[in-house]
Amino acid sequence: MDKIETLDALTGATREAVVHLLYRMADDELIIGHRNSEWTGHAPILEADIAFSSMAQDEMGHAQAYYEILHALGERDPDTLAFGRKPREYRCASLVCLPKGDWGFSLIRQFLYDAAEQVRLTALAESSLVPLAQLTTKLRGEEKYHMMHGRTWVLRLGNATTESHAKMQAALDRAYPHALGLFEPTEFDETLAQAGVCTREEELQKQWESAVAPVLDDAGLEVPDSARPVFGGRVGKHPPELAELLNQMQMVYSIDPAAKW
Amino acid sequence: MVVAVDHEASGLSSSEYERKLAEFEARINRGEKIEPADWMPETYRKQLIRLIHVHANSEICGALPEGKWIPRAPTFKRKLALLAKVQDEVGHAQLLYRATETLGPTREQLVEDLISGRSKFSNVFHYPAETWADVAIIAWLIDGAAIVNQVMMSEGSYGPYARALKRICYEEAFHLKHGYEMCCVLARGTKVQRAMLQDALDRWWAPIMMFHGPSDKVSTHTELLVRWRIKLKTNDEQRQQFLRQFVPKMHDLKLKVPDPSLRFDKKSQQWLYDDPDWEEFKRVVCGGGPVTAERLEARRLAHVDGLWVREAMVAAAQNRPIPMPSPN
Repeated sequence: MDKIETLDALTGATREAVVHLLYRMADDELIIGHRNSEWTGHAPILEADIAFSSMAQDEMGHAQAYYEILHALGERDPDTLAFGRKPREYRCASLVCLPKGDWGFSLIRQFLYDAAEQVRLTALAESSLVPLAQLTTKLRGEEKYHMMHGRTWVLRLGNATTESHAKMQAALDRAYPHALGLFEPTEFDETLAQAGVCTREEELQKQWESAVAPVLDDAGLEVPDSARPVFGGRVGKHPPELAELLNQMQMVYSIDPAAKW
Repeated sequence: MVVAVDHEASGLSSSEYERKLAEFEARINRGEKIEPADWMPETYRKQLIRLIHVHANSEICGALPEGKWIPRAPTFKRKLALLAKVQDEVGHAQLLYRATETLGPTREQLVEDLISGRSKFSNVFHYPAETWADVAIIAWLIDGAAIVNQVMMSEGSYGPYARALKRICYEEAFHLKHGYEMCCVLARGTKVQRAMLQDALDRWWAPIMMFHGPSDKVSTHTELLVRWRIKLKTNDEQRQQFLRQFVPKMHDLKLKVPDPSLRFDKKSQQWLYDDPDWEEFKRVVCGGGPVTAERLEARRLAHVDGLWVREAMVAAAQNRPIPMPSPN
């Protein structure tokens, strides 16, 4: 596969497909980072509070890095992209839009999400698009610690007490169909795969399933049998909670988008 | 009187107690740190528990007004900085609860004392953060006032507290820069932004002037605290230092300090000001502030909703210790 050494070398359908891929990744990171930051000051123990805030910062930092590439590809600047779009213009999956729920839900969501991110970043580290491969190789370093955090918590809470097991299983049942939505097929998958930019979504999903299943099994949790994936996020169809979240996120920015804050 | 009470609690003979007390005070006078396992008078222990506990409570309650604005921060730069800042405050709470635990109470007791209103937190966090400019004023002036206090306290006699404060002061210095920079941007911004900033200062000025505690004229039990190096400067001395450091900068930013009688008196080399309403201070710190109930409810919910998590952690550690997975 030919390498695409610079962003400028991207043209036509491949360029359009890369832009869509970056929006999906950036929006997922921004919104899950935002949701996790809602725990700051409210987590069950101070030590967990601090760890979750760190991960929220990582996710938002990754979002910023992806928006920077989009900006280099001719899209608007990162702040305008993050704070200045309408809900239907976002390309995030429904998983990240859902409210933070209880600690069990946020942990399970983060675990399923991090595993998906790890699979995707591993694929992208081999991407033919060199600037993207370089960036994702760097980001994988941080994700490694997120996975350690997620695995430790899921194993710890999955079968510790009857109550913790019930809460974690309920969280998994609720989150799993939305997590499958992270791999919603798009009209750009074939182009991205043909150009060697990114592995097809269905293949990533298979890798993800084999990554999460053993941990969930060890934790005594059962993957829901007939989970139907929740799609729509990649084409701008979101649960109503995203609009509420964005109203809050854009509240100060929209006082005066031209001002320096 | 204090000595008599402590003597009784110590279970020692008079001469033995006097000897230990003299040794304890001599160590403090030599600038040595008192460590958790060392002998200390009961009053020293109790005063420290009260002091560090209130400080820890203030850090965690202080995370709430600013934390509310993390989801509303208007740019990536601000969102990331504010999130990191509030995370620091939670980290400070963790350090300080740990320091309090070295003196006897458990974390569970300390948290329950906070949410039941038995122990206090700083007056400033009983007020709401109403606009984005409040975040800037809090990070600049409240963290600024806190640094004045904490740099002083970091020279105190109790080792675990002094060491925690050294680290806290490093981080607070960044918060101050972050807050000052936000204030500068708003002060030089649009008309709306300048008005937001002035409005925030107008509302926060009185609580900030009360931050270091009642005037020396009425403040009690300072003498013993100074002798044992639990406290190194009086409330008024700290307030003067704060004013010396910050009023000229507020003037530089063309902010109007909402106290018409505020002026520097060359003769006494002191800032003169209108005394804030100390009745309001008392009412606020005793639980009657505008958002006291909201703050305590947020902490209560975190504690109650997190109970199953803490129980599960204990059970998991007993049943099946989870090895830390390797990063690879």
